[in-house]
Amino acid sequence: MIELNHDQLVIHFPEVHEEARLAINFQRTLRIPDDGRTYPLPAGLGPFPLRHVDDHPRTAPQQWIEHGGVMLPMYQAEALWVCFNGSYPFAIKIAAGKINAVTGEDWRDGLHRDPQDYVTAPDQPWLDGYCVEKGAIRQFVATPLGEGYTAEEQITGRGAVGGLQIVAYPMKRDAFERWTARTTTRLGLSFLGATCASLDMGLAPGGRMRQEIYHDPHSLEDWDQRQRARCFVHIANARQWRAITGDAPPTEPISAMQYRQRGIPWFDYYAADLKAVDGAGILQRLKSVVEMGNAKRETLIPENDPIVVDRVVQLRRGLKRSEVREGAF
Amino acid sequence: MADFGSYVRTRREAKRRTDDRFSVRQVAERIGVEPSFLSKVERGEAPPPSEEKVLSLARELGENPDVLLALAGKVSSDLQRAIRKRPELFATLIRELKDMPDHAVLRLVREVRDGRW
Repeated sequence: MIELNHDQLVIHFPEVHEEARLAINFQRTLRIPDDGRTYPLPAGLGPFPLRHVDDHPRTAPQQWIEHGGVMLPMYQAEALWVCFNGSYPFAIKIAAGKINAVTGEDWRDGLHRDPQDYVTAPDQPWLDGYCVEKGAIRQFVATPLGEGYTAEEQITGRGAVGGLQIVAYPMKRDAFERWTARTTTRLGLSFLGATCASLDMGLAPGGRMRQEIYHDPHSLEDWDQRQRARCFVHIANARQWRAITGDAPPTEPISAMQYRQRGIPWFDYYAADLKAVDGAGILQRLKSVVEMGNAKRETLIPENDPIVVDRVVQLRRGLKRSEVREGAF
Repeated sequence: MADFGSYVRTRREAKRRTDDRFSVRQVAERIGVEPSFLSKVERGEAPPPSEEKVLSLARELGENPDVLLALAGKVSSDLQRAIRKRPELFATLIRELKDMPDHAVLRLVREVRDGRW
């Protein structure tokens, strides 16, 4: 089952194992410059609020009600990353506009290798964007659906879906017990963020960031594909959030200057014993938001100057509770 | 049920054994209270802090915020709002459910609805 608890999606499979629990939240963050450079990981600045779409049947778009799931508010050109919390292993597929963020392929059910179309928790604590090459992603950046910027529109030619789609499969009980017997130390990630006409937002590829998407260290048979929890995460334009939910919209996203002035650190994450997957050619060929804006002679991104990265915190696999990818804002 | 202060101290001390960031002084600084106040709260010489500080403490210690608030004798403001909106309904619901086993109550937890894909 999947429930919404304190702005997190909490997934439980008590019928598989009493410890089979995964929490997913969506962190607000700095939009890194889309300038061809490769940046480290920006801090999380708190989770986006999440609401059931069913709670707003008269104000949410009809398509969202049909899809079910939850919604969150983002400003145009705001960035997010997805945070996975839990120590029980899960295989997680993530798509934006039903385009797989790891492979660039259209959505299909089930888990696949060659190419691997999912990430595994707890090895992969975060996902910040589209996997464009080995060790590099392009940041998820919100753009209005229907203007041609999102990966979905660039690949399919249509902005029909938008939002994020997530499905999680737990590890089978016997595989989990074999894995814990082999693992002397459990890898617990116990810690645990102008007006616009369009209401519906999608995610476009933004600036480049160092992030490895790890090969699944388990066997495909270790995942219980008979069990799954899936969720549609709709992205509302933050300017429309009050009209949909009655709640105040979040504060405006942090600027690069504020990020630097507040001394918020950057992060690198290493898992030396895991291999990274190759990037997807189809994702690598996408135009970034700035490239697309230049081609269309539009300026969707208000500022895009290079940022001086002056403090990078190195984090390694097997994070302690005190090792968090957070900043105060 | 343990009292708030001793529960917090036990959890904090357990973390401190492997991480120095969980001293009284450092935890107090991170949640924005005086170390002497947190020390008094842990010893039961001062009442639990505000809801906001209890929530900060829950985040610091990795505890369930609702459990920590309950230990502090508080109900989170979002629950208060929900109860105030439909007081008779929720009062009846809680009285009806209070002795039900956990697994039966869990069946009532609202799931995120999965619709058309």
